[in-house]
Amino acid sequence: MSNMNMVEALNDALRLEMKRDKNIVLIGEDVGEEGGVFRVTDGLAKEFGNERVMDSPLAESGIVGTSIGMAVVGLKPICEIQFEGFIFPAIDQLVSHASRIRNRSRGRFSVPMVVRCPIGGGIKALEHHSDSPESYFVHTPGLKVVMPSGPYDAKGLLTSAIRDPDTVIFFEPKKIYRAIKEEVPSESYAIPLGKAHVIKEGKDVTLIAYGAWVKTAKEVVEQMKNVDIELIDLRTLSPLDTETIIDSVQKTGKCVIVQESPRTLGLASEIIARINEKAFYSLEAPIERVTGFDTIVPLRLHEEYYLPSVEKISNAIEKVMKNAKGLS
Amino acid sequence: MRKIIANFEVPYLQILNENGKFDEKDLPKISEENLKKMYEFMILTRVFDDKAWKLQRQGRLGTYAQMKGQEACQIGSAFALEKNDLIFPAFRENGIFMIKGVLPEMLFRYWAGDERGMQIPSKINIFPISITVGSHLPHAVGAAMAFKYLEQKNVSVVYFGDGATSEGDFHEAMNFAGVYKSPCIFICENNQWAISVPVKEQTASQTIAQKAIAYGFPGIQVDGNDLFSVYKATSEAVARARKGEGPTLIECFTYRIGDHTTSDDSKRYRSENEVREWEKKDPIIRFENYLLQKKIINPALIGKIKSESEAQIERAVSLAESAKPQSPTEMFNYLYQDLTSNLKEQMEQSKRENKVITKNVGASERAVENAGVVGELEEA
Ligand SMILES: Cc1ncc(C[n+]2csc(CCOP(=O)(O)OP(=O)(O)O)c2C)c(N)n1
Ligand SMILES: [Mg+2]
Repeated sequence: MSNMNMVEALNDALRLEMKRDKNIVLIGEDVGEEGGVFRVTDGLAKEFGNERVMDSPLAESGIVGTSIGMAVVGLKPICEIQFEGFIFPAIDQLVSHASRIRNRSRGRFSVPMVVRCPIGGGIKALEHHSDSPESYFVHTPGLKVVMPSGPYDAKGLLTSAIRDPDTVIFFEPKKIYRAIKEEVPSESYAIPLGKAHVIKEGKDVTLIAYGAWVKTAKEVVEQMKNVDIELIDLRTLSPLDTETIIDSVQKTGKCVIVQESPRTLGLASEIIARINEKAFYSLEAPIERVTGFDTIVPLRLHEEYYLPSVEKISNAIEKVMKNAKGLS
Repeated sequence: MRKIIANFEVPYLQILNENGKFDEKDLPKISEENLKKMYEFMILTRVFDDKAWKLQRQGRLGTYAQMKGQEACQIGSAFALEKNDLIFPAFRENGIFMIKGVLPEMLFRYWAGDERGMQIPSKINIFPISITVGSHLPHAVGAAMAFKYLEQKNVSVVYFGDGATSEGDFHEAMNFAGVYKSPCIFICENNQWAISVPVKEQTASQTIAQKAIAYGFPGIQVDGNDLFSVYKATSEAVARARKGEGPTLIECFTYRIGDHTTSDDSKRYRSENEVREWEKKDPIIRFENYLLQKKIINPALIGKIKSESEAQIERAVSLAESAKPQSPTEMFNYLYQDLTSNLKEQMEQSKRENKVITKNVGASERAVENAGVVGELEEA
């Protein structure tokens, strides 16, 4: 056990997995000597050598495309895309190939690789450094998408992602890279993909969050003493754990979903659709969502106005509670 | 049968060398007045750059990408252009913006995180900053294709780094430019580093200039710390382009003296010795010595130019910082020409929320600092 932030926990997961399996290689911009711009791969080049930890040319399509090639012949590439805003040169490789090779070859080839990528706002950065494009990937059949909410989960989920037989896009919310410290076991452990985490049980309202906003949602749970909130951390965005969501909403009858990405066709849209299909008659009030706007994330001075917050989430919960009373 | 079917050469141009030596007949024809102007812009750019760095350290700007050491590449090339030529910068081109007439207060606003800093006045032909490396090269080629179609004599000029030459967009843009013989000038500021990756690990090519050969047009490497070389190569490329002879790639061989950005610590990956060696080749000092030798400037004038630049930059800072903040709902206004009904609704929601947020902005600034993320962000 030691007290770690998410950067350290991710680094730990990579180190342990690389020790376990010598076919794991890392590739990405500045991941070598520099240790990645966020230091997630710090020290790994030194420990495992430049053949296993490769500084790549500045080319995301190249990084992901060559990783696909490495994966199909038996390596386990873990590539790093420096920021979510720079994943788009690689989108052709992800959408046209990584996600489809198993299907195209009827199982003869598969692409067991991990694409690590920082995501989201909250660090007052330049354009393309604050976006939340997870929906593009969730929308792509054949890709798995994971987003941890803290150090403990980050280590366990990355370990599972590395051991997974398919392509996993592993988004790391940069707002909480160093904002949360937790006790993290020193040995290796895996948290299953595809399973949501009920962080706190409650009977009044289901609050669903993922990534950086789980921390904020916890603060809401702390502050709203008068409402018994059930807090769910999705952990994996694709495949989505419908069962845990439906079970919860059937119990509480109310739901609030938090997502940083633009509102239209964000995760909340899909979750609301599934609740509509499977738990409509349990609902006591319309579902509320706290989301980013359908705009470009503002630069540093106005970013705050775009992002979810304790106030925005609390207001949504109060609204759902009030509407439920109105209905009953 | 086996024979050589093609032969290529890669030219290199240096006019004023690092020891201040030059051959009079190689010098491009530039009036004394313009030489002085170029010098003034180099100084202004350096003062801006140093000031921006300090402001970032004081929390008054966000992440900033310094251009120290690359002044000759920017001033030398931009001076060879006409007003109507269209420039596509990357993110390190503050000198180019200023030469084109964008005021330093605008740039300070941008780097402070105010989008209005990139609202370039309509008479100034420069595109906003482009952060996704290499992605703006095809735009420059497209603009050049349009100039040709419209029978306008303008050229387009695109700036990018050595790292950008690895992106697919670089190659697609170069190929299009070659195929369509577009009046486009590609200016690569090869500053030897792409964050922590040295150019040797970026490409197996001996030069960046030679990449043009593969696309069927000329490439030249110039001493990027020599204003005259950059100016001359650009003037020749522009003349070629205007005559309809197509694109040129100019590799300006230079050095990034500063860290990659204010979030980077270049000591992690390069030796201070290397930096010191390049500091000796400072493009401003080299040009200054030339101007002194030719008696175009004198120490008193240098002092005056420096203090005027400092005063201008100080004024720019206070203008930038005293500007009325933009409304938080401005984020809704530039997605489309007309606000959609969906956005209108969200804008109204935002207005209701903003009352709460304005109260809390200070608190969240502190939260970000506590997260410690900002100091770790090693990026443009
Ligand atoms: C598509 C893309 N990938 C990665 C980045 C992150 N990044 C910003 S600048 C940079 C290095 C750029 O190097 P170079 O092109 O040589 O320009 P320089 O910074 O030296 O001016 C990187 C990797 C980015 N901005 N865009
Ligand atoms: Mg460079």
